Amino acid sequence: MTQERYGLNKELAQMLKGGVIMDVTTPEQAAIAEDAGACAVMALERIPADIRSAGGVSRMSDPKMIKGIQDAVSIPVMAKVRIGHFVEAQILEAIEIDYIDESEVLSPADDVYHIDKTQFKVPFVCGARNLGEALRRIAEGASMIRTKGEPGTGDVVQAVSHMRSMNSDIARLKAIRDDEVYEFAKSLAVPVDLAQYVHDNGRLPVVNFAAGGVATPADAALMMQLGAEGVFVGSGIFRSGNPSKRAEAIVKAVTNYNNPRILAEVSEDLGEAMVGINKDEIDKLNNIRMAERGQRWA
Amino acid sequence: MGVGVLALQGAFAEHEAVLDRLGAEWFEIRSSEDLKKDMDGIILPGGESTVQGKLLRDFGMLDELKAKINGGLPVLATCAGMILLAERIEDDDTVHLGTMPVTVKRNAYGRQLGSFNARGTFGDLEDVEMEFIRAPYFTNIGDDVQVLSIIDGNIVAARYGNQVATAFHPELTADTRVHQYFLDILGRIAAKRCSKSVFQTISLFSYRKLIKY
Repeated sequence: MTQERYGLNKELAQMLKGGVIMDVTTPEQAAIAEDAGACAVMALERIPADIRSAGGVSRMSDPKMIKGIQDAVSIPVMAKVRIGHFVEAQILEAIEIDYIDESEVLSPADDVYHIDKTQFKVPFVCGARNLGEALRRIAEGASMIRTKGEPGTGDVVQAVSHMRSMNSDIARLKAIRDDEVYEFAKSLAVPVDLAQYVHDNGRLPVVNFAAGGVATPADAALMMQLGAEGVFVGSGIFRSGNPSKRAEAIVKAVTNYNNPRILAEVSEDLGEAMVGINKDEIDKLNNIRMAERGQRWA
Repeated sequence: MGVGVLALQGAFAEHEAVLDRLGAEWFEIRSSEDLKKDMDGIILPGGESTVQGKLLRDFGMLDELKAKINGGLPVLATCAGMILLAERIEDDDTVHLGTMPVTVKRNAYGRQLGSFNARGTFGDLEDVEMEFIRAPYFTNIGDDVQVLSIIDGNIVAARYGNQVATAFHPELTADTRVHQYFLDILGRIAAKRCSKSVFQTISLFSYRKLIKY
């Protein structure tokens, strides 16, 4: 990827800011999401909640299904590949996907290496639980970052803790003396030029979204007030009682995240939210913590 | 007063940063209350036009904004903003503000792999850096619309009265000249308003003087 292409890819993420990216599994859902105000859709075969309950290996979606979604909407279409599966990424690039999510929601294909994203022209978004992970993914070529959250649970607690961890790491790096940046970069195991950027600018060099467990307008506004620049909503929408209405409400909540009056209005009468499971139950049930995927190796 | 920046969705913060660099006052517009404030001009940022158009409708802002622009409020619209202004969108019956007599084509260069940088002229300005991100272009323009930029044979910036629209993103580069061009329009309008009010004050003053004597 040339510097110029990388710049354009970071800029597409900038255009998505203040918006909601919604998981969809069919062209019909994609159209509902677009009409409800999604700024992009994530095409995948099963939403994380179903991936979690089905178990087994989950992989990149059928390209035909993704193309159906590309034809159904005019907004950007994203799709997921397994961590480290660069051939799945090549396939998505061949069908001109707008953004690839190298995602812990799918089963990892490589337990050591992430995809060398600099080898691609299409942009990548990657999950990160803290500043170190974020800057390592950016060093590999990611042009957008999101929290990992705990997808498919409808429990926002992990997205919150990742966002807080990211913010406090950034604040610390910004506050230290210039001559301490090198050592800080070493401790995070990240390239010093990226650490220097964060030190100088007090923010990541790319756009940072919240993802994982966002189920209500209030969840979305919470993530925005904590500093997210936009929100991914996965199972939260199409797993709820009234997907279209909930999707619209979350879009409005992201725009007016600082206006409790509007938040109250849009939170009314949304029907059943996804039931959700919390992370402690997951531990008891099946011991799959998706957010930790990539942890040992990340 | 200052410049209103429509902040429903998209890259509005980037416009605000440019205005800061140029020392211009600005405020964000997120609701119909914000839209009621006095402003010298408004910026419609890049983002997704489907989202911005929907939110303008849902928050009851579309008609008011349309009336303001038709009433002469200067606008700088980039990318999605240009689609909001257009009277017609190709292969789409949707009209958002529809205040500019032009036809635009959305995603005219295809998907993200079609995004590109270019350099070109913008009105009298030369060698302007232009970022095209899933950009539209104009496919047809009305008689009174002035072409400001052409790239590869396609019209990518135009002006109609006080409405300036670009398919590219001047807010993403270090070059502040396009924003300065817009602020100059605001400056000229403010100067006119000012000289008019000075004139009125003077005439009022002379009138009083006449009464006195």
